[in-house]
Amino acid sequence: MDIIKEAIAGTLESSDVLVKVLPSQDGSLTLHVQSEVIKQFGKQIRASVMQTLDALSVQAATVVVSDKGALDCIIRARVQAAVLRAAGAQEIDWSVL
Amino acid sequence: MMKLRRSMLFVPGDAAGMVSTSFVFKPDTIMFDLEDAVAPQEKDSARILVYHALRHPSYRDIETAVRINGLDSEYGLKDLEMSVRGGADIVRLPKTEKPEDIELLDQHITRIEQACGRQVGQTRVMAAIESAYGVVNAVSIARASPRMIALALAGFDYLVDMQSERSGESEPELFYARAAVLHAARAAGLDAFDVVYGDVNDMEGFLREVMIAKNLGFNGKSLIHPRQIKPLHQSYAPTPQELARARRIIQAAEKAKKEGLGVISLDGKMVDPPVVAHAELVLRRAEAV
Repeated sequence: MDIIKEAIAGTLESSDVLVKVLPSQDGSLTLHVQSEVIKQFGKQIRASVMQTLDALSVQAATVVVSDKGALDCIIRARVQAAVLRAAGAQEIDWSVL
Repeated sequence: MMKLRRSMLFVPGDAAGMVSTSFVFKPDTIMFDLEDAVAPQEKDSARILVYHALRHPSYRDIETAVRINGLDSEYGLKDLEMSVRGGADIVRLPKTEKPEDIELLDQHITRIEQACGRQVGQTRVMAAIESAYGVVNAVSIARASPRMIALALAGFDYLVDMQSERSGESEPELFYARAAVLHAARAAGLDAFDVVYGDVNDMEGFLREVMIAKNLGFNGKSLIHPRQIKPLHQSYAPTPQELARARRIIQAAEKAKKEGLGVISLDGKMVDPPVVAHAELVLRRAEAV
């Protein structure tokens, strides 16, 4: 899935996560994670985001994740929403989510 | 056995905190809302959030429903696609006005069930009646599909349509609609849900309305806040006298069955099957508090 524009999904409310997805400047996939629980769950959050990007076939993008204690499924949902917005996708293949 | 549906808790589909935790409040049914609670620019994100909630193990043991947007909107079919594929037990159609609305919904659900491999007929439907036109068509709406499990009256939109408003106390302005929707539901063998009570800080008014709904015969109410669940369940709980009588009726029924008697009697009076069914409901309400 090609990222063609900047998009965000989610909020900075408790138990949520704000995900920003931007087109890559150099064709690479870059992930930045901020979280109040980065020491305990940083590795897990990064893994969830990367798995989600992989499932959506995102190979080039800059992804910024600001976590406010969201569950894993919320993180995945917000990443998916941000990617679909950034790709301008109108239809969703539910089987890959 | 009939599913106990006293409380149907609305959960805004874009509220991550509520979507993550609403199962802990243990309503009888959780209704993820993609319609009025979600702003147009957040419909897509909320849809994905609800999809994940529906598939999460925490919601496996609780009945789930999704209030989709109307099928005449740009969101309705997308909401429906997600709901059926996500495994929602029930789809709630807002602003249902005629049986054709349900028939169209039924056709789309069948198509999606077949496409995703879900058993055809597994997704159930409830219709929200929100207008005078919907109220007068309630009987044909209730019978429009074998998927139908309930009718729900939505008071706010209905009263706007009637050019009326809430008066408090005995609420005569809602009496006809409540009676009509309830009769339509019962005639079709469906459950019936009363209107939401919008002021979550007015517990006295809420409980007054609960008793109106309960005494009319509604299975329960649609709720907008978790703090309304426990008082509602307690209000639907039988009194000690009702419970004692229900137990005696069940014992009499079991005794008659054991002795091979076709007629059940208690204190010298015949007990009809509907009375036994009601006694079973009373026991289940008592157990579920």
